[in-house]
Amino acid sequence: MKVFLMYKDRDFDLARELPWNEQALTQDLELNTLFGAMSRGDNFLFEVAQKAVLSSENDLDTILYRQGILRDCLKNPAVIRNLYDIAVESIENKKKHFFGIFLRYPSSVLYSSIEIMRMFMDMLGKLRAIADEHAAKFESEGFTVFFTILQKELSDEYFAKVQSHLEELKFPAGTLISARLAAGNKGADYLLHKSKEDRKKSWIERIFPKKTPAYTFNIHPRDESGPRFLGEIRDRGINLVANALAQSADHILSFFSMLQTELAFYVGCLNLHERLALIEEPVSFPRPVASAQRRHAFKELYDVCLALKMKQKVVGNDLNAGNKNLTIITGANQGGKSTFLRSIGLAQLMMQCGMFVPTESFSASVCESLITHYKREEDVAMESGKLDEELKRMSEIVDNIKPDSMLLFNESFAATNEREGSEIAGQIVRALIERNIKVFFVTHLYEFAQNFFEKETGETIFLRADRLADGRRTFKLIEGRPLQTSFGKDLYDTIFGGQG
Amino acid sequence: MAFNSILFEKNGEGVRKENPEAPAFFVDLNLDQIIDAICAGRKEYNLKPFFYTPLADVDSITYRHEIFRDLEVKTVFEGIKIFSQKMRALREHLARAEKLYYKQQMERFFLEAVEIYCDAVRGLASSLAFANLKSRGLVAFREYLADYVGSGPFASLLSETKKRLADLSSIKYSLLIKDNSVKVSNYESESDYSSEVEETFAKFKQGAVKDYIVKFSDSPEMNHVEAKILEFVANLNPGTFSNLADYYLKNSSFLDKTIAVFDREIQFYIACLEFIEKFKREGLKFCYPLISNKSKEVYAYEEFDLALAHKLIGENSPVVCNDFYLKGKERIFVVSGPNQGGKTTFARTFGQLHYLAGIGCLVPGREARIFLSDNIFTHFEKEEDIENLRGKLQDDLIRIHDIIGWATPNSITIMNEIFTSTTLQDAIFLSEKIMEKIIGLDLLCVWVTFIDELASFGEQTVSMVSTVVPENPALRTYKIIRRPADGLAYAISLAERYRLTYEHLKGRMKE
Repeated sequence: MKVFLMYKDRDFDLARELPWNEQALTQDLELNTLFGAMSRGDNFLFEVAQKAVLSSENDLDTILYRQGILRDCLKNPAVIRNLYDIAVESIENKKKHFFGIFLRYPSSVLYSSIEIMRMFMDMLGKLRAIADEHAAKFESEGFTVFFTILQKELSDEYFAKVQSHLEELKFPAGTLISARLAAGNKGADYLLHKSKEDRKKSWIERIFPKKTPAYTFNIHPRDESGPRFLGEIRDRGINLVANALAQSADHILSFFSMLQTELAFYVGCLNLHERLALIEEPVSFPRPVASAQRRHAFKELYDVCLALKMKQKVVGNDLNAGNKNLTIITGANQGGKSTFLRSIGLAQLMMQCGMFVPTESFSASVCESLITHYKREEDVAMESGKLDEELKRMSEIVDNIKPDSMLLFNESFAATNEREGSEIAGQIVRALIERNIKVFFVTHLYEFAQNFFEKETGETIFLRADRLADGRRTFKLIEGRPLQTSFGKDLYDTIFGGQG
Repeated sequence: MAFNSILFEKNGEGVRKENPEAPAFFVDLNLDQIIDAICAGRKEYNLKPFFYTPLADVDSITYRHEIFRDLEVKTVFEGIKIFSQKMRALREHLARAEKLYYKQQMERFFLEAVEIYCDAVRGLASSLAFANLKSRGLVAFREYLADYVGSGPFASLLSETKKRLADLSSIKYSLLIKDNSVKVSNYESESDYSSEVEETFAKFKQGAVKDYIVKFSDSPEMNHVEAKILEFVANLNPGTFSNLADYYLKNSSFLDKTIAVFDREIQFYIACLEFIEKFKREGLKFCYPLISNKSKEVYAYEEFDLALAHKLIGENSPVVCNDFYLKGKERIFVVSGPNQGGKTTFARTFGQLHYLAGIGCLVPGREARIFLSDNIFTHFEKEEDIENLRGKLQDDLIRIHDIIGWATPNSITIMNEIFTSTTLQDAIFLSEKIMEKIIGLDLLCVWVTFIDELASFGEQTVSMVSTVVPENPALRTYKIIRRPADGLAYAISLAERYRLTYEHLKGRMKE
């Protein structure tokens, strides 16, 4: 029995390795704000959100598969939360039980396993009941298969059969064990059998029981070690069955764990959806296209993290980058460049984990990996060390990058004079786009931007942070050629209140 | 020729005496470390006496060389290894059987021990049967073994052992345990309930989970409940168990003495070869030295200190090899040059090679010719003596006097930094006197010294110098090269590096 709500044909591996640059991504895109909204303080939801969002899917089918399931979830939030709670409760119950188990003795392993099994059967029964009641309301392939399997595998007959095993395993008629005389004339290969008393005997057997020679002895009541030794022989006999039952319990536990994990992602999506609905921010399901193609078009894309932080609607931007690989963003300080860049990265990650995106409409090619290269604020004092650090990071990126990835630069290579910085940035970017890597570059390096503008090759789109005549910002980005100044004077004026 | 011993071809003449104590020079030459390493994990064989006992004639050494060469054939070596492992298992099994309390169990252990023995002996006989053996020792042993395995007593021991074991192994029984009562009966086919339960839950299988199988400590002993069950199992199978009892009484002295002795003695070779293998894997070479009891024109190429190499390989450090040779009238290596440059190592290696060759072992090196000496005398400076200077010089002289007294023209002397505890003039004077004595005795000698003058003493002396990397004098090469001693250049450059020259000290002391 499999859950398969994240992939059509495999489990969602919570232990999966995150991309090598997950720390940079988390920091640069402020992902913890997103994960926080999805988890609402629940550590497990946080972890799943983190794993799911950061490990982008490149497979279009998987993305669409999850979109379908998420649509079902948005329609039936109560059922989803109920299923999730059953999974959580089962896991909690099992934890309580196993606390007391004394794993050194098969008899206690067996005893605890029987108890746990009873509890699990109850919980599985609840899942069956939900399937019976709500299956019809679900349309996605994922949920249809999931509910069908629950109904088929967890039939009434099945529950009855399990029940009878759990009774038998208490050995009401004694424990029947066979053994072989092995090395040293000690017993070996102890094997448990169903006790014969249980078996239906023919009437002839009942009247003329086959006379097999047998010897019986009793442990003397004052023999202190005898019962322990006998218990050990019995334990050897039930070792396998205890293991089988304990492992089965663990398998069922894994089933519930997987159910919890995979639903956790959708519960996180529900949480986020409710939060955005409160501030009336729109979401939509994106249209992903294959990574080899080039598309990046959206309307009113906003920075979901900014909206969550501000707890209000924020400015959105439009773009149609067509088949262009390079977008260079210049313009006023605090004009929304960084916000725009972050919204690009966030939307990409959200699309590639199968989620909705914070925009009215969105279509983009999936990327093989998303990488950020942001100016780091630390050790500003040592300018040369800073460029060294930036180049080192860049070199690390080059070691890891694949074609059809997307790279977001924010004020990179500015830790030197403009000419050198522009030269470095220019050479790097040129190499990247020739390797078919999609690049968004926020920069103050006028020469760098201007060089690309002059050599207009038709593969670059230029955006500029908008600025009104009076110096106020709209936080909108508009298409426009790079300008020589970044309006630092405005900032200075604002802060110093226009003196002198 | 009848088989006698795998270590000594001839019996008698006192050649089989085993020295229980290590020779006096073992520690100076680090031979104790080498022998410890070779014998590690083989305590039960008590091999060290073999290594403490040098051979007196070239043929005895050749006898061992032949066996080593046969054992270098992988199949032969493996065959012997398997045999040894089984013999070890046999000993363990018998030792355990002796400690067992319940008769039916002890008898079974005995039976199993004999099975191991039969298996060991037959396995060895068949693995040697078609081997292309050339050594006198192994050929004679193979003949002995074939006769033994083909003999009537062994054949009947084998067939009876198999029969007893087959009877016992076929026994299966059932236990019905309820509370404190146990019913023991013969086994009738019943279905495996564990797998039925497992099948029921198969649908939940999700991948690897924890193993809940409890590991029971399988001590060979039995408790009284197991013994009671065994007793009833015996009652259910009376014939099988009375046969077992008879078997035990009949076969108490099953072990052949010659084979048992072979099992111990062959370990000498196995231990050496396994030890050598570690070095060969690192690209180091071993060879069968030419042995002469007449010519002192010894040589070795690509030799190395086995004790040091053992340590270095453990640390993954490279091992430096050296060459030496003596021609014509040359007898004495005078080794000088920078400290920690491998001088002492060179001296030790010379001694190690001669000793190991003398017990019939392979020696480190690509090619070697070794003089079969009657004794090795060493005098190494002992650090702890350094406090009592006058006493130390006296000790040095007494010790050297003794050596000169005991040594014969067939002896080897190895001296390491003696006379360090007196003035240079004294040291030169004393050294020259001793040198005359050594030359007078025609001794083979390695003399590590700081006195360059000794290096060019006469036609009997050969100057060997430890070397450094020319560009960086602090780096030693550990190469010992045959060339004239060259004085102080090294000491100056080392001072330079540590900024202890005049110029440096002037500059530094301003700070």
